[in-house]
Amino acid sequence: MGESAQDSYQKRWGHLRKVLERQGPFGHPEFEPSPEILEFVMNGCKILVIGAGGLGCELLKDLALMGFKNIHVIDMDTIELSNLNRQFLFRRKDIGMSKAECAAAFINSRVHGCQVTPHYKRIQDFDESFYRQFHVIVCGLDSIVARRWINGMMISMLQYDDGVLDQSSLIPIVDGGTEGFKGNARVIMPGLTACIECTLDLYPPQITYPLCTIANTPRLPEHCIEYVKVVQWPKENPWGSNIDGDDPQHITWIYEKSAERALQFNITGLSYRLVQGVVKNIIPAVASTNAVIAAVCATEVFKLATSCCVPMNNYMVFNDVDGIYSYTYEAEKKSNCLACSQVPQTLEIKDPSKMKLKDLIQVLCESASFQMRNPGLTTYINGKNKTLYMSTIKSIEERTRDNLNKTLTDLGLSDNCEIMVADQTSPNTLILKLKYLIEDVNMD
Amino acid sequence: MIKLFSLKQQKKDGESSPRPGNQKKPSAAQLRITKDINELNLPKTCSTEFPDPDDLLTFKLIICPDEGFYRTGRFVFSFKVGPNYPHEPPKVKCETQVYHPNIDQQGNVCLNILREDWKPVLTINSIVYGLQYLFLEPNAEDPLNKEAAEVLTNNRRLFEQNVQKAMRGGQVGGLYFERCLK
Ligand SMILES: [Zn+2]
Repeated sequence: MGESAQDSYQKRWGHLRKVLERQGPFGHPEFEPSPEILEFVMNGCKILVIGAGGLGCELLKDLALMGFKNIHVIDMDTIELSNLNRQFLFRRKDIGMSKAECAAAFINSRVHGCQVTPHYKRIQDFDESFYRQFHVIVCGLDSIVARRWINGMMISMLQYDDGVLDQSSLIPIVDGGTEGFKGNARVIMPGLTACIECTLDLYPPQITYPLCTIANTPRLPEHCIEYVKVVQWPKENPWGSNIDGDDPQHITWIYEKSAERALQFNITGLSYRLVQGVVKNIIPAVASTNAVIAAVCATEVFKLATSCCVPMNNYMVFNDVDGIYSYTYEAEKKSNCLACSQVPQTLEIKDPSKMKLKDLIQVLCESASFQMRNPGLTTYINGKNKTLYMSTIKSIEERTRDNLNKTLTDLGLSDNCEIMVADQTSPNTLILKLKYLIEDVNMD
Repeated sequence: MIKLFSLKQQKKDGESSPRPGNQKKPSAAQLRITKDINELNLPKTCSTEFPDPDDLLTFKLIICPDEGFYRTGRFVFSFKVGPNYPHEPPKVKCETQVYHPNIDQQGNVCLNILREDWKPVLTINSIVYGLQYLFLEPNAEDPLNKEAAEVLTNNRRLFEQNVQKAMRGGQVGGLYFERCLK
């Protein structure tokens, strides 16, 4: 490194080196300062940003300027005019193009040395082998389904040795969310701290109105729109399809029908924008809230990547509706969480070509560690759900009864495959991994 | 706290080989519905029909009330459970045309726990009991079929006759109903 290059390196990263190369009173107790850490941030650490919208743009900018050079971003959306006020990596010429691709191109040209890899895809298009390459995953999503999916993926990737979590299989999730002037940021250590599913109650359900109100005694313009959405659309089905909130024809149709209804009930305040808002369930986005939440998330990513400081424990709420309020607390892990309370149990099977499904069920009912009553068994075969046996539902029992006399091999259950077992004796569906002791059956 | 990446073992670079048996993982919704279905505890007036036993997300519920206005009828409801279950309730429609104050001609059902009062702690069983109750105690205060609600409030005998007529198949209040006697 030449004299001037070193100067500019020091100039650009001096502030980080102060944090990473010295001990400090606020540092993590086990933190070992070293120049290698900055090297890791810049060249070793791989971050995945999910979502390139309001939060995503902020996150990418923050992380890139912080020194992270190896960033991937996933987003399946394209840029719309209404994004441009806050999604500052996009310009008017980008409308209609992929958010992930435009955001990556912008950062790569603007931040020297940073390499953002875009994926114009859905998160569900990738599997474990893709997600495993990252050190930290940071989400700027507006969808609960997507959050639950990525949460489930990270939990399913955890590996246990004799029931003890192998920490090298753990990928932390930093999750940010905003709604108008409110936001939250949280750090999830899958398997160790509260996950998305543990705190599902925190997400407010979508606003819904009683059906009879919207049908008979509408008082708000929203009631009229809901009525058209829920009752009139399925009845008249003008385009023979589901409502597409991005299709202006659909919105216009709903707008006109709602306006008629509003007139009929003397309701004022109905507008095209409102129709769009209700149909697409749009919550107005505030740029400053995104900036605050993304900054908190990026800081947490930095703490996790460097271990220089104890990460947030574990949930921060932020509100600047009226003044500024913020509070951090420890969301608790739920002992019966659908997702993270599952430590996959292993069930050893002597010989899958001899063991029939009914024998397996007998084991589940009679062994001291399970003592089940009416276990229902399902699995995934070739990516599709398959019900192996369920005694409690007549129509299913009748059509899965034949499986009872089939061997595990006949049923297509391979070594290390997982089966889901639901039973009244356990608060959750259990995941059991079948471990075959005899793998090679051709022993003669 | 755990130190995630001690610099010695930080290497990742996607070179780690996938675990054996890289099987599709069940979603939380799938795990939960499996539990709900396995533990369905149906009243004797109700039964379920799964067109595809491998698909626990789509099924029908058949209610044959044994008392009340609707005791001789047979009513079919379709259930569709989405990927956001149990955060969101399943979509339930009545497939049988029924003369009922809380069910309209399109099969929409006015039952609070199907919409505004849904909570993730509720189960498919809760909905089954809710629907069954609608046939025992039709509720004139939350009408979807306003006319039926008015008749129920003002003239219970006429309401009973109308229900019978509709269940036998025929015209009531300008609407045609298909026969749905069991
Ligand atoms: Zn959890």
